[in-house]
Amino acid sequence: MATVKLVEIRKAFDATEIIKGVDLTIHDRELTVFVGPSGCGKSTLLRLIAGLEEITSGDLFIDGQRVNDVPPARRGLALVFQSYALYPHMNVEENMSFSLKIAGVDRDERKRIVLDAARILNLETYLDRKPKELSGGQRQRVAIGRAIVRNPRVFLFDEPLSNLDAALRVRMRLELTKLHHQLGATMIYVTHDQVEAMTMADRIVVLRAGVVEQVGTPMDLYHHPRNLFVAGFIGSPRMNFLEATVQQIGPTGAVLDLGQAGELHVPSFEHAPQGKKLTIGIRPEHLTLATPAQSSLSAQVQVVEHLGSESYVYVQAISGESLVLRVNGETTVRPDQEVHLNLNPSFLHFFDANGDAIPAKRLS
Amino acid sequence: MTASSIQPENDVSWRDTVAQSALRLPAIVSLFIWSIVPLLMTIWFSFRRYNLMEPERTGFDGVGNYRYLLSDPSLTSAIGNTVLLVCSVLVITIGLGTLLAVLYDQEFFGRGIARVLVLAPFFIMPTVSALLWKNMMMHPDYGFLAFLMRSVGLKPVDWFAVAPLTSIIIIVSWQWLPFAVLTLLTAVQSLDSERKEAARMDGANAFNIFRYILLPHLERAISATVMIETIFLLGIFAEIYVTTSGGPGFASTNLSFLIYRYALLEYDIGGASVAGLVAIVLANILAFFLMRSFARNLDV
Repeated sequence: MATVKLVEIRKAFDATEIIKGVDLTIHDRELTVFVGPSGCGKSTLLRLIAGLEEITSGDLFIDGQRVNDVPPARRGLALVFQSYALYPHMNVEENMSFSLKIAGVDRDERKRIVLDAARILNLETYLDRKPKELSGGQRQRVAIGRAIVRNPRVFLFDEPLSNLDAALRVRMRLELTKLHHQLGATMIYVTHDQVEAMTMADRIVVLRAGVVEQVGTPMDLYHHPRNLFVAGFIGSPRMNFLEATVQQIGPTGAVLDLGQAGELHVPSFEHAPQGKKLTIGIRPEHLTLATPAQSSLSAQVQVVEHLGSESYVYVQAISGESLVLRVNGETTVRPDQEVHLNLNPSFLHFFDANGDAIPAKRLS
Repeated sequence: MTASSIQPENDVSWRDTVAQSALRLPAIVSLFIWSIVPLLMTIWFSFRRYNLMEPERTGFDGVGNYRYLLSDPSLTSAIGNTVLLVCSVLVITIGLGTLLAVLYDQEFFGRGIARVLVLAPFFIMPTVSALLWKNMMMHPDYGFLAFLMRSVGLKPVDWFAVAPLTSIIIIVSWQWLPFAVLTLLTAVQSLDSERKEAARMDGANAFNIFRYILLPHLERAISATVMIETIFLLGIFAEIYVTTSGGPGFASTNLSFLIYRYALLEYDIGGASVAGLVAIVLANILAFFLMRSFARNLDV
């Protein structure tokens, strides 16, 4: 059992407030991912939980116990650093058993615990090596092993994959997810990469400028972003946005004015008086190619990226917005071609002038 | 690719080697003249009767100079003094230097000024700092240490008469401490902060971090400092010349001062050459041990 609870956590460095009141509960055995752009305070938040930074105000509870004043080592947490922070003069075994040695665990016991951890991570044959003799992925595993050995209540990861190359990152991502299932441990994982967040997380915490924007499961965030920021941050390629004005609201639906791009009929939604300005959001896979008869939204193709199984078509709409479509990999669309776009009304997101989502009545 | 097209390449590389050797030659020749020729001359003089006071007595002397020097009790004491001086200063400067480096790495009020002050002794010429210590610090009548001892009711100590070698060790340590602090401080600062944090997460306290993380990290810097200091400390001369003149007796005479005594006080060039060779042997023995214990740290 391990839960982490943050109540009104604030952190200020001198006069600048970095974390501006975060309330959050991390459930037992969950892999929670903190995600956000650089400088959003996600690493600081992790370091506050770890105890490496002092909390300016608010309360931090681990398993119901207030730990604000408990030193890092006694919080029962283990942190895997971005740089791995291995001890270069010690071999793998000594690196992994350092915390046990400090704690006064005897030699045989240390060896047994380290071997158990090494077996989980496939490191048995590297125990005599120094960190400089290991590859990036192996160092990463040693850093994780150092955490496992301490048998912590909560594992903390600070952008652990950002120093690896793309292929290795995908593999380690998978291994970490497996490890999470295998250990059944509570984990907090910090990353700026929304793909890592989507693929690994049980729950995602989206942070911006020291404030939690939204908390939820990956699919929850994908389908129901609470505001423009989350909508734009989660999903790759990112969501398309179009400016619109509410022209007319009737019993069966509303008519939106897209400017030069014509009109759009959508199912009715609440709290949107006539004349109100809106932002329409639509995912690239819900934007499809259409015939001129079907759609008045015309656009010019700029770039086509072929990924094999699918293609991304980057276009400029007649109203000026840059949009991207996710289409079949065999598409014949070429740059400079004129296309017409169809917006699937069941998958539209609406945001008001403040960027907050307007709950839409779905057609289904 | 055929064999005929490889042939000219080989030719070119052979010509390159010659050209490179030609370019290297001036450096090698000047190095040879610089180091080997004086060595050969020293060896040559060591076998000859060569005393400036007796210019009429010349010629080959066999191992006479060697027999004379090796039976001279001052040689043993000079070797002992040299080793004691080098080792004591190394221990003091590296030990204190490491502690000061850790201290000056911390944030505290006036750190900038403190760092400049701690480096100051290194910029003072050896002669000047020796005079300063002799006349202003350790003088039995008007030295600062004498003042301190008198003010607590003790009898002042005539440092250079009672503990000549210790006094010189203190002076030289004072001069070389800044160098150790400087090199070790930069090494302390280069320690990755995440590594310290990882140790903190692992439960290490300040002493554990110093012992298991910082000291191993400093190993290379300490090795380099020890080697550089040793080279300079073997040849300490000005401090001895200015303060004790190697005395009383031979109590503070090291090898370089012994050579000076032979060559320029007794005008015995032959004897001085033998002492010089002894110094070379001693330096090489020390270098051998240093290399063995430290050099493996330098090729990391």
